[in-house]
Amino acid sequence: MITNYDAVILGAGIVGAACALECARAGMRIAIVERDTIGGGATAAGMGHIVAMDDSPAQLALTGYSRSLWAQLATELPVSVEYHACGTIWVARDDEEMVEVHRKLDYYAAEGIEAEVLDSNALAEAEPNLVRPLAGGLLVPDDAVLYPPCAAGYLVEQAQLHGATLLLGHTVTSAAHGRVSLHDGTAFQTKIIVNATGSLALALTPGLQIKPRKGHLIITDRYPGYLHHQLVELGYLKSAHSSTGDSVAFNVQPRKTGQLLIGSSRQFDSENKRVDREIVAAMIERAALYIPNLPSLSALRIWSGFRAATPDKLPLIGPTEDPTVFLATGHEGLGITTSLGTARLLADHLLGRPTTIPLAPYLPSRLPVEVLHA
Amino acid sequence: MTDSFQTIVVGSGPAGIAAAACAAEAGHRVGIVDDNPNPGGQIWRSLRGQSAPDTSHGGGAAQWYSRLVATSATRLQGWSVFDQPEPGILRAERQGETAHLHYDNLIIATGARERFLPFPGWTLPNVMGVGAIQAMVKGGLPVAGKRIVLAGSGPLLLAVAATLAAARAIIICICEQASLRQLAPFALGLAADPAKIMQGLRYKVATLDVPFHTSTWPVEADGDGVLRSVTISHHGEKQQIPCDYLACGFHLVPNTELAAMLGCRVEAGTVSVDELQRTSISNIFCAGEPTGIGGLELSLIEGQIAGLASAGQDKEARRLFDKKRKASRFADRLAAAFALRPELRKLPQETTIVCRCEDVPYGALKQHHSWRAAKLHTRCGMGPCQGRICGTATHFLLGWNAESVRPPLLPVRIASLASLEAPLNSAISNTQETL
Amino acid sequence: MPEQMRPEQIQITINQQPMTVAAGSTVAVAVALASLPCRTSITGEPRGPLCAMGICFECRATVNGIAHSRTCQLLCEPAMDIRTQ
Repeated sequence: MITNYDAVILGAGIVGAACALECARAGMRIAIVERDTIGGGATAAGMGHIVAMDDSPAQLALTGYSRSLWAQLATELPVSVEYHACGTIWVARDDEEMVEVHRKLDYYAAEGIEAEVLDSNALAEAEPNLVRPLAGGLLVPDDAVLYPPCAAGYLVEQAQLHGATLLLGHTVTSAAHGRVSLHDGTAFQTKIIVNATGSLALALTPGLQIKPRKGHLIITDRYPGYLHHQLVELGYLKSAHSSTGDSVAFNVQPRKTGQLLIGSSRQFDSENKRVDREIVAAMIERAALYIPNLPSLSALRIWSGFRAATPDKLPLIGPTEDPTVFLATGHEGLGITTSLGTARLLADHLLGRPTTIPLAPYLPSRLPVEVLHA
Repeated sequence: MTDSFQTIVVGSGPAGIAAAACAAEAGHRVGIVDDNPNPGGQIWRSLRGQSAPDTSHGGGAAQWYSRLVATSATRLQGWSVFDQPEPGILRAERQGETAHLHYDNLIIATGARERFLPFPGWTLPNVMGVGAIQAMVKGGLPVAGKRIVLAGSGPLLLAVAATLAAARAIIICICEQASLRQLAPFALGLAADPAKIMQGLRYKVATLDVPFHTSTWPVEADGDGVLRSVTISHHGEKQQIPCDYLACGFHLVPNTELAAMLGCRVEAGTVSVDELQRTSISNIFCAGEPTGIGGLELSLIEGQIAGLASAGQDKEARRLFDKKRKASRFADRLAAAFALRPELRKLPQETTIVCRCEDVPYGALKQHHSWRAAKLHTRCGMGPCQGRICGTATHFLLGWNAESVRPPLLPVRIASLASLEAPLNSAISNTQETL
Repeated sequence: MPEQMRPEQIQITINQQPMTVAAGSTVAVAVALASLPCRTSITGEPRGPLCAMGICFECRATVNGIAHSRTCQLLCEPAMDIRTQ
């Protein structure tokens, strides 16, 4: 059976789901192929934060743009998506970090990202469970959190309302030169293939410079009112930025339900799903420096997941050497945030529309394809 | 706290007590760990004010507990095992303290839990399990003069009715979902075993003319913030009964989570073991209900076999095989007698809550194609019970199988997750050198 | 059923109201004796113990400041501060 589509989206994680909706809304005949569950990969494993992040100007541009798209969508989102505009506070331990707070403030202001400096007292008032005294922090009020699998589910549902076909429980065996083949022998002809399969993207598009970057999270029982904002230490970017080794950084997020998500950890060179006790312990010890009574809370579950990481911390969005294959992957820890922006950029590119922010920094061609040595 | 044992037994119900006693008598340094304040598990649950198992119903409780106490086995009550960071080391928590327990051999005797099936109103306070109401009575709940309906399935209904009657409750009726025809071979089969007849008679005498309905099950519980009445159905014929408590449980399911977390093979909801109670992992044994619901006698025999085998006393263990074979026949009759009827799958309505931790109704669940999909998209199973209640129910209702079990085995304090035996791996960089 | 010695009574508080219970009673039983549900579910339903053996987590209450304590597995102690959730 061969069916013709305008585009076949591989992967119904948050990025694939967003791409499917954008393309379907633009009138394209779309199929979404997902091997397991909608939003079941890194989408389910991550924190679900929507944050402005400034590891690089291109990262700030994409996260800022995409964050505003989420804000526009917010009122439409069903309750199950648990969208919660709680804001982020970047926490500064000492005066040195407060210098960084002010640098960020100025930078964000120049880029149109609203932010406000909190001094030591204001921080303590904003978050009574933080250790005292801390030097202060940077409040970014427009950051938000949501529950990713339901967000992906909503986007897919909307795509289907625009005519997209969802093929659930199908594994793609090859996707190149305008043809997508499935495990059961089915194949599709398509003008466009969008590889949005996250850390597995290289399986279908060889040579991509994507490495899986393991992370751990803990979720607690409900403690309503314990934390009001997402909290992250200023050192978070150092952890996210490094290209080797294991690191932890303080990052805790309150969910609308009152549960807390505790992170974060990053590891390279660990491809098994096993929870690493030492990493979890280090993560907790780090978090306890900021929230001293965190260790007394009840933990319900711990899990690990894999972020799709690229060498320059920017995703791969756009064309490959195969004129039918396009990428929407490599989002590391910012997949939820940048999913809508990624989808919009990609759709604009596919349809020849001007993009709202430049696409150039995210083009796959910026990173050479890795050649496998015999 | 760190301690080392040649054999650790997890669970201090009948199987665990027997296993620990035998392993200790055979010369092993034994630790027996259980998360309840007192030993006895469920069937031998201690009475209020006592710290030893309930010996008032016979069944060997007094003898076995004395045997255990006479050994040098370390009894660790109140400790909840939640992780095995590496083979041979268990991590357990008790009220904020963490223990690392090293073992050469492990015997899993984690017992069984009741199966709860959802029906409208089942979440009302004073609707609880059958074993649950007995546990509450033993925990000091006065039921004298209270109107109680027992429903669901299994021999526990009669056993608990006897306890309640002795506590002067007014038992209105006992509703067993199985048909008389299905129960008959079980009842007749009891004739082959004099001890069982005595038990049966004792129950009959104790329950004194309480109506025992077969082919009957609850369809709705009603009340205004607390239970006021239950509606039972007998082949479509309904009857509403005002009552103070509804004790409802549909027989038992094995607690296989620890075995699964450790990597032992679990098939069709039971832990696979060989004739010496050895699991698929050579130094881990399993005895009692997790290997298949089989009742008290079989649990005691399996516990003995496991305890002896873990201490290398295979020959002694084999001497129990005949008794085990006999007791297993009872187990087979149990399963056949109390098999659940398909009508029970129709009990939950669209709005009936199935996942009580996250308040997920049946209507939201059943549109998904698997447990995992339902979990991700409705949060069913993501609460503190970690899917033990709703997973068991959806397995029956929808044929779903739960996922693999990850630590923590039960919710624990975050501090317990941070407590390691060895010093932290210094290769993990913190993003700041100093505080 | 064996004879019980005359039970020792202990004083606890439930939602800051004083109460007397027999020693050896579980906290879940104490809350039941106060005719209170242990907790309220996320959609606002009152809940009490379902399994009474530490598995269902419906009996959770805050005991001596510790939230989400499984009251069916805790014995009452003198001056215990129990608050329903």
